[in-house]
Parts: sequence; C-alpha cells; structure tokens
Amino acid sequence: MPAVDRRPPFHRFADKVGRATIAGIEEVGSGGVLVTQSLFWLLFGPQRRQPVRMAAVFVQMMEIGIYAIPIIGVLAATIGVMLAIQGIHALKIFGAESQVVFGIALSITREFAPLITGILVAGRSGSALAARIGTMKINQEIDALSVMGIEPVRYLVAPALFAALVMVPTLTVFSDLVALYAAGLYVGFDLGLSMAAYVDQVIDVLSVDDVMHGLGKSAIFAVLIAIIGVVNGASVTGGAEGVGKVTTRAVVQSIAAIVVTDMVFAFVVTR
Amino acid sequence: MGAAAAIGQREHPVEVVDLVTHYGPRMILKGVTMDVREGEIMVVMGGSGSGKSTLLRYLLGLERATSGTIRVLGQDLGGLSHREITDLRKKMGVAFQGGALFSSMTVGENIMLPLYEHTDLDRSTMEIMARIKLEVVDLAGFEHLMPAELSGGMIKRAAFARAVIMDPRILFCDEPSAGLDPVVSSALDDLILRLRDAMGMSIVVVTHELESAFKIADRVTVLDHGRILFIGTVDELREQDNARIQNLLNRRAQPEIIDGDEYLRRLTGENMDEGTIQ
Ligand SMILES: Nc1ncnc2c1ncn2[C@@H]1O[C@H](COP(=O)(O)OP(=O)(O)O)[C@@H](O)[C@H]1O
Ligand SMILES: [Mg+2]
Repeated sequence: MPAVDRRPPFHRFADKVGRATIAGIEEVGSGGVLVTQSLFWLLFGPQRRQPVRMAAVFVQMMEIGIYAIPIIGVLAATIGVMLAIQGIHALKIFGAESQVVFGIALSITREFAPLITGILVAGRSGSALAARIGTMKINQEIDALSVMGIEPVRYLVAPALFAALVMVPTLTVFSDLVALYAAGLYVGFDLGLSMAAYVDQVIDVLSVDDVMHGLGKSAIFAVLIAIIGVVNGASVTGGAEGVGKVTTRAVVQSIAAIVVTDMVFAFVVTR
Repeated sequence: MGAAAAIGQREHPVEVVDLVTHYGPRMILKGVTMDVREGEIMVVMGGSGSGKSTLLRYLLGLERATSGTIRVLGQDLGGLSHREITDLRKKMGVAFQGGALFSSMTVGENIMLPLYEHTDLDRSTMEIMARIKLEVVDLAGFEHLMPAELSGGMIKRAAFARAVIMDPRILFCDEPSAGLDPVVSSALDDLILRLRDAMGMSIVVVTHELESAFKIADRVTVLDHGRILFIGTVDELREQDNARIQNLLNRRAQPEIIDGDEYLRRLTGENMDEGTIQ
C-alpha cells in the first residue's frame, strides 16, 4: 500500500535516520558474524570436512599482497621523501633540521605506512572482493556453493579475511622499510647525513612499541577491508549495475572506516 | 493431496505441505502442497512471477519458510542442523537458471568441485568421473575451457554435468531452456529425459515453456500467483477447462501478445492484492 507520506518533514527525516542507523547496525552485526564464522571454519572446518583451503588463502595472498607490492613501494617511497622535505622545511625554522629523523621515523611507522597501505589495499582488494562476491551472488554462484554443500563463508570469506590479516601487516612492514629508506636518501641528499648514520638514528629513535602500534592498526584495517568488501558484495541487488554500486560503496566505506579507526586507535593507545 | 503419501513404506522424495513464504512483508507462496515421486519428472509451470523459482529455493533449503513443511528425501528441512542439511545436499543436484558456473575455474574444475570438496578421491579419478559426466551432456573434450568461452546452451549442459557429478537422488533445474533457441532447448529436454532414464533420479524442472513441459513431464504442477492451480499428468492438464489453465495453455502460440494481455489484466486490477507487475 504505497500511500502518500503525510507526516511532518521532521518525522520523515527522523524515520530515515532511524532506518539508516538500524541498517548500519545490521551491517556491523553481519560483519561480526562473518568474522566469527570465518574463525569457526578455520578452527573446526577440518573436522567437519569443510577446511579453509590453504590454496585459496594463498591465491588471495597473492592478490591482496604480492601484486600490490609495486604500487605500495612507489607510494611509500613518495610519502617518505615528502615527509623528509616537509620535516626539514619545518624544522629549519628553528634551526633544528638535524632532528628530522625523529619525526620521519615515528610518523612513518606509527601513521603513514599503515594508513597508506590500508587505503591502497581497500582500493585494490576491498573493491575486488566486493565485485567478486556481488557478481557471484547475482550469477547464483553463492547459491550454487550452498546447494553443493560448500559453506560460502568457509569457501569465499575466510580465505580473503585471513589473507588480508597476513598481508596487510606484511605490506605495512614493507612500506615502513621503503618509506624510511627513501626518506633516508633524501635526508642524505639535503643534509649530507650518511645512510649508516641515518639508519643508526632511526633504530635509536624507534621502539618496538612504535612498530607494533602501526602493525596493530594495520591488522584492524585488514579485517575492516575484508569484511566491508564482503558485506557490500553480499548486499548486491540488480544486475551488473548493482555490482558497480556496491563496489564503490565498499571502497568509500572501508577508507572511511580505516581513517576513523586510525584516529580512535591513535587516541586510545597514545594517551 | 500429497500429505497422505505414506501409503507405501517409502516417502516421496519431495513432500511439501501448506508452504507459506514471504519476501519481506509480501506473501509469495500462499499455501503450496505438492510432492515429487520417485523417478518422475515433475515440471513446475506458471507465468512469470508466479513463484516457481521461489518454490525451488525453498525446496533447496536456501530460505526459511513462514509456515508449512518441506520434506526432501525423508528429512524435514525446517528441523535440520547445518551439518545435516549439508549432508542432505550431497544427494541433491541443482542446475541454476544461468548455469552458475564459477567463472574463475575451467569447466572441468567446475564439475569436479563437489568431488574435490566432499570426497577423498585422487585427482585422476575425479577427472575420469568428470569426463564421464561431460560425455553424458555431450561436452566431452571441453573440460579445459573457461565458462566464458562457452555458448549459452553449453553452459547449461555443463551446469547439468556439475549437478549430477555426485549421482544425486534428485535433480532440480530452474528454467533450463530460458534464453536458448528452440533447437538447443529441445536438446536440453532430451538431456533431461536421458539423465532420468540413465540415472533413475527424480527430477524437478521449473519452466514456463509448454513445449518442453509436455515433452518431458510425467506430472505437472501449475503455480499461479503463489497458489497451486493444478497438479496432475500432462493428459489431465490438457483436459482441464479452468480458464486460467486454458489461458496458460494457449499462451504457447503467441507468448509476447499473451504476456501483454496478462499485463493489461493485472493493470485493470483483477489482482489488486498481488503487488508488483512483472
Ligand atoms: N529475493 C527476493 N526478494 C523479494 N522478492 C522476491 C525475491 N525473489 C522473488 N521475489 C518476488 O517473488 C515473486 C515470485 O518470484 P519468482 O519465484 O522468481 O517467480 P518465477 O520464477 O515464477 O518467475 C515475484 O513477484 C518476485 O518479485
Ligand atoms: Mg524464475
């Protein structure tokens, strides 16, 4: 009964917000369910003859991790040089440019490497995951898995989730190294600091905590990317157009989630 | 009718009693009672949107019913644990409307997937079994192609091969001839008959094509707006003088025009309660 909505605008607005909130909570809820189920299949799959296949995890690790290395390398190097330039520029004001390694080392490992890696993986793999799940849903491939007695979460979601959980932190370590190295090159070029001296300073400045701070965040980003990709893919309606929509939505949501989580994490852990 | 099927000791492979289902607030199936007997080909017919695919999804246990019972191979789908339904599904084969082949795997890998997931056979044995099924569906030699390299009819046949790889006791097919030219779709009808004769399984075919229904059906279930309009043999169906069934039977001649009539009929409000127009 599609009657005309005669409620006052505020009611309609509140209604909309309410519904959107409930939908949002539902999505978070189904995300949590997916993580739990993936863990379940990882642990208990083998005894139920539904193991999470290492081959499938490996394929995903290649997709999410290995193929992303070139672009992440380029971005990390750029960020490293950029931080060095800005750091030296800012510290010159106080004549303290020799302290630049402090800023570079801390901001790369704690902030920029995990963030840039997360955003890049979200754009590359979160979208691919949403598109793949969405297409499979529309082509009834997910139903086909179910009716073959192959649990879709075990078969599709768990491998992507665990691959992301391994590869995003690994890529973050890689970005750490590349960004620090590139920054070192620039610092050497601008301030005449030798690479050996630079490395010594970096090691001196960084604590295990700083590196773990970055890696911990990147593990959370990994879960966010995988789950947001899957939840969006699974929510597809309509045809190919629908897949395009959920793919875009997955990227936007996961980047937003990464940035917000980053801030919250930094706030909670740093204080 | 079907509920009192326990005359012999054996139950029918499919028994549905008073099935009521909803998508959101909309009632789709409005009390469906039907059964499928051992070794028969049951064709489920009806116009577009009448609930054929929906019925199939419930028979496959992909959705939870609002009320009513569905028994497949003697088990009540409503009361099955996850593990039990997984076991049951190994005895069911499904060929989906679009084939639903996995696009990242070759035809052969698609067909072997259930074996790979559910058995401990070694790869060469699985390949042999896949090749046998490919021969049954006339696709021998195509196992190394990707689904994207197949024509529509070949995809359907590959889907059949995958559906029967575990030698199921019951096979479900949704619109096997949709989108295919008459020659190819007639070949698929032959294939369905051949599968039944060769493997002795019960087969449920959803279709809106009368030609094909008359050719393959042992019995026919006619759905109309979520209700059963008729269940019986093809001959009994022809003798029906129910106007709606006549309408359905006459549709064969000029499908487009009759679809237009159907559209008009709904527009003029004969079925105000039915919701969307397809
Ligand atoms: N996933 C769904 N969500 C909401 N409505 C659906 C869904 N699938 C089917 N329907 C509705 O259920 C009715 C029956 O659909 P369906 O079983 O696909 O018809 P048929 O296969 O006979 O053409 C249609 O009106 C359709 O719009
Ligand atoms: Mg249908």
